[in-house]
Amino acid sequence: MADTRFPQATGTMGQPYRRYEALEKVNGSATYASDVKLAKTAHAYLLTSRIGRGVIRSLDLVEARAIPGVIEILTHQTVGESIRQTQALYTGGYVADSVRPLGSAEIAYWGQPIAMVLAESYEIAREAARKIGVSYDVSEPASSFDSAGVDMTALEPMNLGVGDFKAAYANAAVKIDARYSTPVQHHNAMELFATQCVWDGNRLTVYEPGQYLNNIKYGLAEQLGIDPELIRVVNPYVGGAFGAKGFLTQRTALVAIAARRIGRPVKLVATREQGFFLSAYRAETRHHVQLAADSTGRLIASSHEGWEVTSRADVLALGGNAITLRLYGCPNIEGRVNVAKTDRSTPGFMRGPGEVPYAFAFECALDELAYALKMDPVELRRVNDTKVEPIAGLPYTSRSLMQCFDAAGAAFGWAGKTAAPGSMRDGDWLLGWGCAAAFYPTQAGNSAARVRLSSDGRVHVSSAGHELGQGMYTMMAQVASEQLGVPIEHVTVSLGDTDLPPTIVAGGSAGTASLAPAIMSACDAIRRRLQTGGSPAADVMTAMRASGLGNIEEFAETRAHGLPPESVQGMYRGRVAMSGGVHLPDRVQLAFGAQFVEVRIHARTRELRVSRAVGAFAAGRIINPRTAHGQLVGGMIWGISSALHEQTEIDERNASYINANLADYLLPVNADIADVQAIMVPEEDNLVNAAGVKGVGEVGTVGMAAAIANAVYHATGKRLRDLPLRIEHVLEEV
Amino acid sequence: MQPFHYSRPVSLAETIVSGTQKHSRNAEATATFLAGGTTLIDLMKLDVMRPSHVVDLNSSAREFSAIRFDGSTLRLGAFAKMATVADHPDVISHFPVIAQSLSLAASAQLRNMATLGGNLLQRTRCAYFRDPSWAACNKRSPGSGCAAIGGVNRQHAVLGTSKHCIATYHGDFAQALMALDAAIMLIGPDGARSMPFASLHLQPGNTPHLETSLRPGEIITEILVPDGPWTRRSRYVKVRDRQSYEFAVASVAVALALEGSMVTDVRIALGGLATTPWRAVDAEDLLRGRRLNEASATEAARTAFAGAVAQAHNAFKISVGQSAIVRALLETAAMEAHRG
Repeated sequence: MADTRFPQATGTMGQPYRRYEALEKVNGSATYASDVKLAKTAHAYLLTSRIGRGVIRSLDLVEARAIPGVIEILTHQTVGESIRQTQALYTGGYVADSVRPLGSAEIAYWGQPIAMVLAESYEIAREAARKIGVSYDVSEPASSFDSAGVDMTALEPMNLGVGDFKAAYANAAVKIDARYSTPVQHHNAMELFATQCVWDGNRLTVYEPGQYLNNIKYGLAEQLGIDPELIRVVNPYVGGAFGAKGFLTQRTALVAIAARRIGRPVKLVATREQGFFLSAYRAETRHHVQLAADSTGRLIASSHEGWEVTSRADVLALGGNAITLRLYGCPNIEGRVNVAKTDRSTPGFMRGPGEVPYAFAFECALDELAYALKMDPVELRRVNDTKVEPIAGLPYTSRSLMQCFDAAGAAFGWAGKTAAPGSMRDGDWLLGWGCAAAFYPTQAGNSAARVRLSSDGRVHVSSAGHELGQGMYTMMAQVASEQLGVPIEHVTVSLGDTDLPPTIVAGGSAGTASLAPAIMSACDAIRRRLQTGGSPAADVMTAMRASGLGNIEEFAETRAHGLPPESVQGMYRGRVAMSGGVHLPDRVQLAFGAQFVEVRIHARTRELRVSRAVGAFAAGRIINPRTAHGQLVGGMIWGISSALHEQTEIDERNASYINANLADYLLPVNADIADVQAIMVPEEDNLVNAAGVKGVGEVGTVGMAAAIANAVYHATGKRLRDLPLRIEHVLEEV
Repeated sequence: MQPFHYSRPVSLAETIVSGTQKHSRNAEATATFLAGGTTLIDLMKLDVMRPSHVVDLNSSAREFSAIRFDGSTLRLGAFAKMATVADHPDVISHFPVIAQSLSLAASAQLRNMATLGGNLLQRTRCAYFRDPSWAACNKRSPGSGCAAIGGVNRQHAVLGTSKHCIATYHGDFAQALMALDAAIMLIGPDGARSMPFASLHLQPGNTPHLETSLRPGEIITEILVPDGPWTRRSRYVKVRDRQSYEFAVASVAVALALEGSMVTDVRIALGGLATTPWRAVDAEDLLRGRRLNEASATEAARTAFAGAVAQAHNAFKISVGQSAIVRALLETAAMEAHRG
């Protein structure tokens, strides 16, 4: 198993096993939600609003109904209050957005569903949807920060600080005062937003890709007003999620109601464009960062204020400055967060939700400070490295930030850098080198798992976990294999079904950190059942054979550090209870990384490319270095994409997205991604959770945009503070 | 996509008749020709094109897919696939700008499907044209207005625009043909005819819905490119937001004949910048008979944009376009162009 890419591999929990479900994914037999074939399925197509705000005056269905094969057309007149108004996620409920589709004639955002056609085929449903005549009373929408009618609110409970920032900043020798912005971005997972619903009497089965099945189950029950035990949600494979499939969206209830109305299974596969509105997205942000340092580079004062866009219906604020302001030692700190309520759909979580935009601003500002100090940016971070977070003085459980900078810097060849902007060149291409810190909070939720050991040595592990491509199946098999001492080939896994023991959302990089301890606990229980002389069995299989039992099954639930006992009940009702990061009373727990990039800018035509990227990450125990490596490299590539390519463009006249498709919403192609290297720095942290896992799902993305913008400055002397970075931002007049 | 009749005639005569009776390129078209389908099927799915009858050319026009070079003229069948032409040894060695313009276009999958003729007739990528829920589009609906003017228009044209339309012609191959003075052969109800390629596309003026000078029922059968002292020293520079599978922010096709550093002939065509395939004639005139160097290339580049009109988000294209011209001219001059 020796593999130079994976030097950490030690025990079973640490080996780069191939993916448990690799064969099914490669040969196409893995069944995704829209692959499930149900008898007599009716196909749904959504008609969505083509205005940004207003009221539907009339809907003309005559022509659409006349098309052969049309079964039913649902509108606000026939759905209305059938979907109950429930608490949204951000106020303690389940559903990720409050505006109910077809709930009323009111239009809250462009792209809001206004009719659903049910037909014998997808093509018929689509054709009919286009024949529906809609007239509106149109109001002017507020599309973003600077629109008339936008409602800007300071979220004072999110204020944070220590010392006296203003006084310290006023008196400092070296200062940076800069404003940054990040654009609207959409996840665009390959798998579209699909939902299939089938009723059997009063029992409902939902096939839908999601990151939190029990959130769908219990939230849907509330919306439909039925007993949650009548609902089963099945989802063994997810074709990419990244936060977009994190929580229940309003579409699911609509499909369920449609299926009940017509007494047939209903299948909805939303179009790519509709996906830009049916679920969450990364809203645009603005930042004001002020930093002050003494002549040795030690931070004296730091301030980070953020502005985030949200919808009128729901207030979502990510507040990533709660972490950026705790990254480095500093005696005087101030942080504030504001939200702008606009006529848009509700944003949400996208890989490194608060971390990516806030890190861009803060880690760029640090680079600006390093240049102002004539100091190497790595050394600036070393000078300000800390063992306690600076606001409450809480200790980090472990912190390997500088080990990451040193490992990545060495692999990158950072020592060969010439500091002056514009000083490096390769033929017609200007070169620039830049770096930034990456970080992500180590979080976990409560979790349950069931493990069964059979006398023939077979083990089965089950939990309602989620396989998003991150390697959940494989992780679950590895943990049971190591804990029971059986070969991994003897372990089978079930996940993706609400009939299984519950676990938390596969989000916040907390999937493994939450579930691995529950599997370990269930395995411990099996070993205790097989105890000899009062101590758990050391050789489980020998003890099993000696016991004469056919099989042993144990169920375990674990509670995450920082969560109250009553939160365990919440786990059984699909609640989102997660703790960790910077929100614990006794300590701070973060995964860290350092990222270095080389950019190339054509001296004449100014195309901007990333030719090399090296990241080093310390994230506690790595259970599978192969899948972790995939996550980290994938995260870094996502970071390149978020810095150079991705931007959802808004037409302010009607708050619409005009590039809501994969041709015009740019993602990098293979030719854009050159040399990307991810190094895993060994780190042991036995405090964070029983498995010692910090999670790697998001940290790889977090510092990339700042590293790239910092490299662009090094290449050109131009400080770019607004993403994405494009040709027009690095132009020179002919 | 609405239901439509599909036919695949085997004879050319039948094809022409089918297409003639109901031919139109507008949204309310009743009949439309299908070649590779990479534009048509896309626009039908988007409900931008709603033909009641699709006439598939792939049986009747298959004969027009040969590639021949007799030493003086390159003849490209209009039904040859982009990938085939891009990989053809004669095209690569004698007409590098053609090979490059094709291989830098679209994706490998699209190049395997798309024909040369269809590529030349590709529709604009203007987001407002491609989404029929925008009522204002003079291309889709004459007289309705232009949503792109005053909208998001970073991708839009700065040359050849009118107050009725600013949609960019995004093709790459067309720029190579413009630079090389190609001609096209047509067959239609009135028989065969030829025309200079430069006459095919129409600037929008006050009739943006009229995009070409093809007559009803006419199809492009062949493309003729004359050899010349400039064809081997030719190059296509494409500047874009990502490295592959993306339309140009600005592109330049250059063909150069040099004696020493003296320009004896030069051809410059611009892509991603104009409403039609675009020849920078004034820039060429300025260079002919002069030495090609940074200063003269820069002067020519400025001249090429003398009439440019920028919108709210695309003024940078003038600067990028100028840089691309300078880069393309100097890179082309540096080519090892072997004669004969």
